Amino acid sequence: MSEAATRPQSLAGLAARGGPQPAIDRPVKIQAEGLNFYYGETRALEDISIRIHSNIVTAFIGPSGCGKSTFLRTLNRMNDIIPGTRAEGKVLIDGADIYERGVDVVALRRRVGMVFQKSNPFPKSVFDNVAYGLRINGMAGSRSELAARVEESLRQAALWDEVKDRLHDSALAMSGGQQQRLCIARALAVRPDILLMDEPASALDPIATQRIEELVYDLKKTYTIVIVTHNMQQAARVSDYTAFFWLGRLVEYDRTDKMFTAPAEKLTEDYVTGRFG
Amino acid sequence: MNPTARRRFLDLLFQLLAMLILCLALGSLAALIADVWSDGASRLSWDFLTGFPSRRAEDAGIWHALAGSMFVILVTGALAVPIGVASAIYLEEYGTRSLTARIIEINITNLAAVPSIIYGLLGLGLFVRLMAMGRSVLAGASTLALLVLPVIILSTREALRAVPPSIREGSYALGATRWQTVWYQVLPVALPGILTGMILALSRAIGETAPLISIGALTFVAFAPDSLFSPFTVLPIQIFNWVSRPQVAFQANAAAGILVLLALLLTMNAAAIWLRDRYQKKLS
Repeated sequence: MSEAATRPQSLAGLAARGGPQPAIDRPVKIQAEGLNFYYGETRALEDISIRIHSNIVTAFIGPSGCGKSTFLRTLNRMNDIIPGTRAEGKVLIDGADIYERGVDVVALRRRVGMVFQKSNPFPKSVFDNVAYGLRINGMAGSRSELAARVEESLRQAALWDEVKDRLHDSALAMSGGQQQRLCIARALAVRPDILLMDEPASALDPIATQRIEELVYDLKKTYTIVIVTHNMQQAARVSDYTAFFWLGRLVEYDRTDKMFTAPAEKLTEDYVTGRFG
Repeated sequence: MNPTARRRFLDLLFQLLAMLILCLALGSLAALIADVWSDGASRLSWDFLTGFPSRRAEDAGIWHALAGSMFVILVTGALAVPIGVASAIYLEEYGTRSLTARIIEINITNLAAVPSIIYGLLGLGLFVRLMAMGRSVLAGASTLALLVLPVIILSTREALRAVPPSIREGSYALGATRWQTVWYQVLPVALPGILTGMILALSRAIGETAPLISIGALTFVAFAPDSLFSPFTVLPIQIFNWVSRPQVAFQANAAAGILVLLALLLTMNAAAIWLRDRYQKKLS
């Protein structure tokens, strides 16, 4: 593999090579530097360096097992709960290394929300699902404040109109798409800066998928969004930037339209044109 | 016979076999209950339930043993359930896959299989003698708590393990601490399973005789226990005592005692099932 494949170009480098960079004026929100990640002895991520900018959607694509989900989960240290895992290198969020000693992981996860591949509403009411994060983080003083925040979050997730009359019904009675939007509402309720989405629509039908994608488009005004997807059309539709992972390495990272029309790497081209993966 | 018909036939055969075995098990239980009922039902009365032991079989009651059993089980539960559930939470949610955790695990599994008389001897040495509790309700309950602790820990761990990991992830991802995740998400989902294990464990404890005899629970007390430090007896010991009498009239007392013990056991199990269903309904 060429040197360029193992050490992807920085965004600044891309800008220097020309081509419009609509997001380059936005501040860097997340920056990984030489990140390695291990499951026991197996190295799942090799020397990942990337800068993710705020208030845009960045997509991670790549074949199964390429490390895209693992990398996503290093950004809020969700991998910490898997025994026998270890991260080396740096991940800076707003300039501060989240893997430094003494970092409050609980506070980090409140700032970096996450939506999972399989919707995982708690076996409680719709209201309690959204209120949970507010309650455990002590973010709502009064009952009315709590109710207002729950409504606001459900509206943000475009779910309010569908559930306002059954807030106290079980969340498990809702459809798959609604459950996933509830999980988004739940994540938004604690007002994170960053929203990580791990294949949020892979288990949903096309119409529910479309609603999630529209939601992602709206949410980037307020949040920095990183989305993992195995669906290339989805990456092309929702994201501003795309990073292509292969065998635990970051192969290429560029503007989404460029990644899908004129990628710099042969490997990227082979993948996005469906020649493998 | 063509292959499809053969498969159907085997299916039917297996179904019949399974039903037969079930009937065998239920049948022997029914025969046992019918036998005890015919021997003891005539002795069941309010006076029997509220009476105290007597040398004359027809005057003897069972209140002292019934109260003793209920008191001992209550204290056993109060001791064993918090410790057992907490241990299981530690091992399942906090304990890493370290060597110590694995050694503890193997030991708990082995402890669950230790004969109850051994626990009785431990209780005699530890609680009655060393900790000077005497032959009291507290010593008996402590011994039984040790006996059922492994069962409670194992069943609670099973219940915790059955909680989908996605629920834990969802909670952690919102900035919940480990404790908040366990308390607000994991435990409510695991509760029905924990309750079932708890009741099975306490049902085992209520029928135990050997460990209580070896710590010196009396076989003849003429009063109900009124404090943690009272001497006591329990239903199985009282039944054992009556069975070993030569007079036929006492055999009827023993049968009636068995009926009372069975009723207590079934009430406990019914309560557990009711509780479990209530929580399951609340969740789904």
